[in-house]
Amino acid sequence: MPLVEVRHLVKEFTRADGMLRRPSVVRAVNDVSFVVEEGETFGLVGESGSGKTTTGRCILRLIEPTSGEVRFRGQDVLSFSGEQMRLARREMQIVFQDPYSSLNPRMRVRQIVEEPLIIHKIGTRSERGDRVVELMRLVGLDPGQLDRYPHQFSGGQRQRIGVARALALNPSFIIADEPVSALDVSIQAQVVNLLMDLQSQLKLAYLFIAHDLRLVEHICRRTAVMYLGRIVELADTAQLFGNPQHAYTRALLSAIPIPDPDNQPVRIPLNAKDVDFQAPLREVATGHWAAVD
Amino acid sequence: MSAADPLLNVENLVTTFRTPGTEVRAVDNVSLHLRRGETLGLVGESGSGKSMTAMSILRLVQPPGKTQAGRVAFNGRPNLLELSEREMRNIRGAEIALIFQEPMTALNPVFTIGDQIAEAMLVHRQAPRAAARDRAVELLEAVRIPSAVKRARDYPHQLSGGMRQRVLIAMALACQPLMLIADEPTTALDVTIQAEILDLLREMKEKLDLALLLITHDLGVVAGHVDRVAVMYAGRIVEEGPVRRIFSDPAHPYTRGLLASIPGRAPGKRLASIEGAVPNIAHLPPGCAFEPRCAFRFDRCPTAPPPMFPVEQDRSTRCYLFDPEVRRS
Repeated sequence: MPLVEVRHLVKEFTRADGMLRRPSVVRAVNDVSFVVEEGETFGLVGESGSGKTTTGRCILRLIEPTSGEVRFRGQDVLSFSGEQMRLARREMQIVFQDPYSSLNPRMRVRQIVEEPLIIHKIGTRSERGDRVVELMRLVGLDPGQLDRYPHQFSGGQRQRIGVARALALNPSFIIADEPVSALDVSIQAQVVNLLMDLQSQLKLAYLFIAHDLRLVEHICRRTAVMYLGRIVELADTAQLFGNPQHAYTRALLSAIPIPDPDNQPVRIPLNAKDVDFQAPLREVATGHWAAVD
Repeated sequence: MSAADPLLNVENLVTTFRTPGTEVRAVDNVSLHLRRGETLGLVGESGSGKSMTAMSILRLVQPPGKTQAGRVAFNGRPNLLELSEREMRNIRGAEIALIFQEPMTALNPVFTIGDQIAEAMLVHRQAPRAAARDRAVELLEAVRIPSAVKRARDYPHQLSGGMRQRVLIAMALACQPLMLIADEPTTALDVTIQAEILDLLREMKEKLDLALLLITHDLGVVAGHVDRVAVMYAGRIVEEGPVRRIFSDPAHPYTRGLLASIPGRAPGKRLASIEGAVPNIAHLPPGCAFEPRCAFRFDRCPTAPPPMFPVEQDRSTRCYLFDPEVRRS
C-alpha cells in the first residue's frame, strides 16, 4: 500500500469578475493522480500557476479540494472528521517556502517547536522540553539558542526551525513546498543536505514541490511535471530528465540554465499549437507516464 | 577613446551606509570595466553589494547611503561622480539604461505601456510626441511582443510577467543607450520565460553593440550569457575573469564553493555546501570576509583584507592563496 495516494484531485476557484458578471471558474488542479511511497522523495515541478502548491495544500486539507480522493495509508483523508484530521496531521506535515513569514515573530524558538506537542497533548512539560532540545540537535541548531526569537536567526537557520517544528510529532510524510528557494545560494545546499540526512535517519517520505529543476533532479526518486493544473508527465527522475516525452517537459528541461559555458543547452521552445493538452496520461514505458497521443 | 578602451571603467568605488554609531561599507573598493558589445556578469548573494554597485555607478544611492570614493569613467567622461545632478540626468536612461528585477512594480499601473515607453524619449527630447508613439510600437515589435500596435494601448496589469519584462527592455532601449544594466532581470520569472528574456537581452546587446552589466545570483544564468564574471562577497569583488576560466578553474574558495554546491553532479548524494552563514557587513571580520567559512584559511587570512592578486592574464582574486609569495612556498 502506498503511503499517500492522490486520485483525480480537482480544485476549482471561483473568481468574481465584477458585480454584474457571472463569476468564472478556474481549475487550479485538474484531475491530478499520483502516489508517494513510504520513504521516497516525490518531486512535483511546474511553473508558477501550474497548481503544484495547491495540490500540496489539498492533500493536507489546508484548502479543501473540490473533488477527488486523498488516501493516507489507505484511509480516506477527505472524509475525516475534524478530530480525525487533527490526528492525521501528526503523520503529515508541511515545511513552507518562506522562513521569514512562516514563523511567529513574537514566539521564542522553544515555543515554536514545542507548540505542535502542546496542541496534540503529547508528553509532560519536562518531556516536551527534552524533545525540543533533541529536535534542535537533529536539525543542526544549538539548543542554547532556544530562547531566542526568529529574527535573531539567519534565513537558513530559520528554515531549520521550520523543519524542527514539522518533525516534532514524528511524521512519516512531509510536504516541502519550495523549502530552499528563499535562501541564499550558499545556504541552500546546507538545508537540502539536512532534508536528505533526516530522510534516511527517520525514513521520511517527502512531497518535494519546487521550480528549481536542478534540485529536483538531485534529490527526487520520481518526478511529476505539472502544467496548467494537470500532470503532463510522471516518471523515475533519471528517466524523466533523460528521456522526456511530453513537449512541455522538453521545453522546460531545455530552459534550465546549465552552469557550464561550453555545454549550453539547445532550447526547445514550446509550440502550444502542436500539443494536445487534453490528451490523457498513458504509460509510455514501465512507470513512465506522459500525456501524449 | 579607441574601440579597445572600455566604455565603463570603475575604480575603487566605495559606498557606505551610515547608521547611528556605525558606518557600513556596502560597496568596498570595487573596480570593474566593460567594453561595448561585452557582457559582464556581476554575481553575488543577497546583500553582497551587487545592486548597490549598479546604483552607485548611476548615482542613485539614497541617504543614509553615500558614495564616498572612487572613479566612474564612462564614454569619454573622466568621472561621473563629479558631474552635476543635471548632467547625470542626461546620462541616466539616455546613455545608461537600467532594468529592474520586478517587472510588476517598475511599471506605472495608470499609464499605458506605449505612453510609458514614449515618455523616456520625451524626457530626453529625443523625439516629438507622435514620433515617440510610433517608435514605442517599433520597440515593442523589436522585443517581440505580438500585435504591438494593440499592446501599446494596454496597461501593465493586462500583461504577463514575461511580457512586462519585455516592455521594460523596450523602455530601456528607447533612447538608444550605450550601456544596459540588468539587475536580476529574470529572478521573478519562470524558467522557460527566463530563457526567452536572456536570449532577448543577448540579441539586443549584439544588434545594438551594447555594453551589458548583468547582475544575478544564479551562476547557471551567468555561464550561458556573459563574457566575463565578477563575483562579489560582502561588498567586495573576490574574483574577476573570463567566464570560461572561472567555471573551469575557479580561484577564490568562495567561487569554488558556490560552483560545487550547484545540484546535479551526483544525484542522490549530499551536496557540497559552504558552511556557516553570509556575514553581516556591519560586523565583518578584520581580514578576509570569507575567512570564517573558508576551508583553506591560514594564518594570514584574519590579519587584513587581501588585495587583488593576479591569477593569470585577465584574472585576479582577493585571496592570499594567490599571493606570489605564498604561491612560491
